[in-house]
Amino acid sequence: MHRSQSLRAGLVSLVILAVFLTVWHLATRGTGATAGMDPEYAKLMGLTATQGKSAMPGPLDVAATLWGHLSDPFYVRGTNDMGIGIQIGWSIARVAAGYLLAVLVAIPVGFLIGMSPLMSRALDPFIQIMKPISPLAWMPLALYTIKDSGLSAIFVIFICSLWPMLINTAFGVANVRKEWLNVARTLEVGTFRRAFQVILPAAAPTILTGMRISIGIAWLVIVAAEMLVGGTGIGYFVWNEWNNLSITNVITAILVIGLVGMVLDQALARVARLVTFPE
Amino acid sequence: MTEKPLISIEGIARRYPAPGRQTTTIFENLWLPIRRGEFVCMIGHSGCGKTTVLNILAGLDAPSDGEVIVDGKAISGPSLDRAVIFQSHALLPWRTVLGNVAFAVKSRWPKRAKEAIEEQARRFIELVGLGGSERKRPAELSGGMKQRVGIARALSIEPKILLMDEPFSALDALTRGTLQDEVRRICLDTGQTTFMITHDVDEAIYLADRIVLMTNGPGARIAEIVENPLPRERSRIDLHRHPHYYALRNHLIDFLVTRSRTLRDQPADGHDPRHPPVVRPSAAPELVVTTPGDAATLPLAAAHKH
Repeated sequence: MHRSQSLRAGLVSLVILAVFLTVWHLATRGTGATAGMDPEYAKLMGLTATQGKSAMPGPLDVAATLWGHLSDPFYVRGTNDMGIGIQIGWSIARVAAGYLLAVLVAIPVGFLIGMSPLMSRALDPFIQIMKPISPLAWMPLALYTIKDSGLSAIFVIFICSLWPMLINTAFGVANVRKEWLNVARTLEVGTFRRAFQVILPAAAPTILTGMRISIGIAWLVIVAAEMLVGGTGIGYFVWNEWNNLSITNVITAILVIGLVGMVLDQALARVARLVTFPE
Repeated sequence: MTEKPLISIEGIARRYPAPGRQTTTIFENLWLPIRRGEFVCMIGHSGCGKTTVLNILAGLDAPSDGEVIVDGKAISGPSLDRAVIFQSHALLPWRTVLGNVAFAVKSRWPKRAKEAIEEQARRFIELVGLGGSERKRPAELSGGMKQRVGIARALSIEPKILLMDEPFSALDALTRGTLQDEVRRICLDTGQTTFMITHDVDEAIYLADRIVLMTNGPGARIAEIVENPLPRERSRIDLHRHPHYYALRNHLIDFLVTRSRTLRDQPADGHDPRHPPVVRPSAAPELVVTTPGDAATLPLAAAHKH
């Protein structure tokens, strides 16, 4: 029953994809050769004018470009012409650096806030004000103080990944079941052991939820940040190809961004399943 | 009483602030000694503060007044000498059965080798009849099995005192019966001093040596202490055939139905909180010799003070 349902769902997905690709293909195909155009003018205007081809690439164009990128993802032909694999690699490296820094800060501070009602109330106004700030608003300040565009992008990732992890860690730690803490108290468990063997495992699912939200936001923000800082990365690639008026490459990049984002999310989801316990 | 009690509750009270700068007194002036090896049950209606009394004994809560002396020392917090069996079993769901018990053993003897800790844990898992389930997680266990793990965890640290807060109230009747049998067996075998909160009269009759009756709260106090007239060697099956059984049971039910309220509003004459009346309900002497089955038709048996 369950198997046949997932089979049918997969089939419906394929049908939707086929319909989408067909409509896309039909909407962007050429309308046929234009008669009586001056050959010199036609050469200048390209296929769009002579064949009635849409300026929007069709699915076959995108597939061809994607295949081209995937068959040679790591070439370097100058600073403005590098393989999509290298660009994605840059983006992932920046996200990883900023995200890991945020983990190192958010989880200990979240623990502190969760365990101390005093610190929780004292830090609350700061968190409430800092949380809604768009991470890109930090960019000029970061560029001015850090004076390095690459590090500034990492800083922006750091600041945007921080809040969901911080808030979830604090919430998870503050809401560990009283009875588990009472067990630790009656067994005279020390602070260190209590933190690592009772509170951490109890709060781990909530913490992982925060980490999963954070990686999603970080991946959203890196594209925008790299459009601003330029040089390398998938965000820069998208902007560069827009300046080249290569919509095919832009669409290809969009696809790749989506795929990488999905992989990051699924990786965190898998870790979350490892620390989740049934009650 | 020549022997010094293991636990001595000395005039404890618990008060909470109430609106209008007032205080609500849940209970006050509670005095109760518990001897070594004794099984004491406390019975009372909800709101009389019996769980608070247990939490104070466990060190999880502090009394507003008075203190509790254990083994000659006033308690100042939780201790490994006083193990608690929680009503909601309170197992750590991310640990296995063995992991849960070993966590307690490791807390008791932090320097012991891992093998020795696991061996001790296994011994107590075996004792509560869960051998073979060591690797299971709490979510894979039934309610009764979870509570068995809770009992194994509490016993595995070999506490001086076992504290139980309505440990069987969330279980079905059959499971409850089996677990009561096992707790009774273990406590008798090991001479475990036990203090248990319950609102189940039959549970108290079966398990307790003495039953402490609390009046209703707020302002609860110990109304009287009932000595269990049934022999220490008792079995669930023919408990109700004992001549004193109905006298005891009726006495307890009467208390819960009416006297728990009237005694709060109107304490008995000469009620001394330090020495609450001790009662030993028993059938009138001439009725003791009748066939046990007739006991059910007895009129309300007289409770006599002594």
